[in-house]
Amino acid sequence: MSKHLIDLVNIRKEFDGEPILKGINLYIRDREFITLLGPSGCGKTTTLRILGGFESPTSGEVLFEGRRMNDIPPYKREINTVFQRYALFPHLNVAENVAFGLRIRKLPEQEIQTKVSRMLELVGLRGFEKRDVTSLSGGQQQRVAIARALVMEPRVLLLDEPLGALDLKLRKEMQIELKRIQQSTGITFIYVTHDQEEALTMSDTVVVMNHGQIQQIGTPTDIYNEPVNAFVADFIGESNIIPGVMRRDRLVHFCGRDFECVDEGFGEDTPVDVVIRPEDLKIVETDRAQLTGRVESIVFKGVHYEMMIRSEQFTFMVHSTLCEPVGKTVGLAVVPFDIHIMQKSAPSADRMEAEN
Amino acid sequence: MKKYMAYPYGVWMVIFIICPILLIVLYAFSDGAGGATLANFAGIVEYWPIFVRSFFLAFVSTVICLALGYPLAYIMSRQPPHRQQLYMTLIMLPMWMNFLLRTYAWMSILENKGFINQFLNRIGFIGFLQSAFGYTLDYIPLINTSGAVVLGMVYNFLPFMVLPIYTVLIKLDPKLIEAAQDLGAPAGIVFRRVIFPLSLPGVISGITMVFVPSVSTFVISKLLGGGKYMLVGDLIDLQFMGNAYNPALGSAIALVMMVLIFLCMWIMNKFDDGSSEEGGLML
Repeated sequence: MSKHLIDLVNIRKEFDGEPILKGINLYIRDREFITLLGPSGCGKTTTLRILGGFESPTSGEVLFEGRRMNDIPPYKREINTVFQRYALFPHLNVAENVAFGLRIRKLPEQEIQTKVSRMLELVGLRGFEKRDVTSLSGGQQQRVAIARALVMEPRVLLLDEPLGALDLKLRKEMQIELKRIQQSTGITFIYVTHDQEEALTMSDTVVVMNHGQIQQIGTPTDIYNEPVNAFVADFIGESNIIPGVMRRDRLVHFCGRDFECVDEGFGEDTPVDVVIRPEDLKIVETDRAQLTGRVESIVFKGVHYEMMIRSEQFTFMVHSTLCEPVGKTVGLAVVPFDIHIMQKSAPSADRMEAEN
Repeated sequence: MKKYMAYPYGVWMVIFIICPILLIVLYAFSDGAGGATLANFAGIVEYWPIFVRSFFLAFVSTVICLALGYPLAYIMSRQPPHRQQLYMTLIMLPMWMNFLLRTYAWMSILENKGFINQFLNRIGFIGFLQSAFGYTLDYIPLINTSGAVVLGMVYNFLPFMVLPIYTVLIKLDPKLIEAAQDLGAPAGIVFRRVIFPLSLPGVISGITMVFVPSVSTFVISKLLGGGKYMLVGDLIDLQFMGNAYNPALGSAIALVMMVLIFLCMWIMNKFDDGSSEEGGLML
């Protein structure tokens, strides 16, 4: 898991003078499931297209096992892609779609048949060989697209929001399925999505992107628990982002009082963003509370209730299994470990690289 | 749309399409004296060289139109949108000019003392032929050749090849091309395995739209072939408007022609597997 398979070195990309990628530095390890996560327009798909060879970077280097591959055309790369809308060949049936790449390699027909049926078995489409691809459901087409790419036995599989068009239940199933396939084949998956839950569920490594820059690279747990800035905190799950001032190491001031926290190294009296996850705010008796507020609204979310609780300075989102009536004044408490301090400005990409 | 809104067209069809066809059939089987006969069809046999020539010249024109039109349509479909508009206008522009006028224009270009021959004379090419090879004419025969007829057909019908192919190609999902490249296909294979098969409906429409008017034209062969290369269209024309006046024979020829064209189209459509819905313009 430690070898660098792909390195992106200071990749920049402009379209008509418009910068889309502003210096991407990233390495991808062999056999890793890595997800590029970010809102639309953040540059994640462009990064993927550069890896696939469909775009070339304006500047910077793409290295595959240390060799530059900027100018290698897509058809010569050991990389295959599962496209966003599948891009199945409508004039070919299921088996012919899956066999397309193998036929170009001019493998013996017998071997092609064996590989195709083994692959259709893997994605759960046995018996669909002769079916017209246009007659398949979204989920089935998705599986054909995955089979068509995997049958090539690539070193790397690129997946561009492959589950975007599926309904929620099917999407959950396919997430598990994809993770299973990745683990059983040992192929490096580079996955693009804007769905943070999907990213957290499947990935070994998550790369959070925004405005053409990498915001944070880390394991799903790191990204969720230790977001490096307010953007990541806000994009990954729900967050309360409160303006505050770092008094000194391990003491932060917000909402009119001082809180103990665990962060250090911000200097004294520095303005910061304070991030608290809604599930980390506990509803307590007002006499034991650090903050008090009035319940503004309450929505049932299944496992928990989502409450908006207004204190003097800030309206907090709180997830709790308790159900408090609207209008009631409640107390809130948070332990120091759950108070995350972020710098006001986003750190530069170089710093990110150094940390990882 | 309410159903009755189609009635005017229904009436139109009956009066101007169904009735004339029935009349043709009636004429084709009549002996001119109120009786039924097959003699008209027997009479066609002696004209079979004209049929062969018509189908041959139409076939040649269609092949040339395809060879010129496909690359043009393909290149057009890859241009940025504003340039596609420009090309489209350029292709359509001659069609806004009267068909007869365009063909007359070709006459004056191809004539023995026409534009091309004058030009060749001016640069001394014909003189060169005469002195070097003992060439006896003082012009190169261009008009009244089968080549001139084919040229006229290609010139007039080329847009009908380009447009349906172009229409199919611009609708082709670029992701399919990327998918093929991704699976290891260099440009040649991408074209052979993906682009061309998916553009077949347009090709078939184009072939139909060029072949049918080519095989039945009579103006082009009359003006550019000078009557030497009589086509089925001219033959039919003669039976109704010319000195060979014989509407019964003319109707029989027209009927046979219809059946032959129908057969050609039916065979063409077989190539398309009947699987595609994009063609639209076929029989």
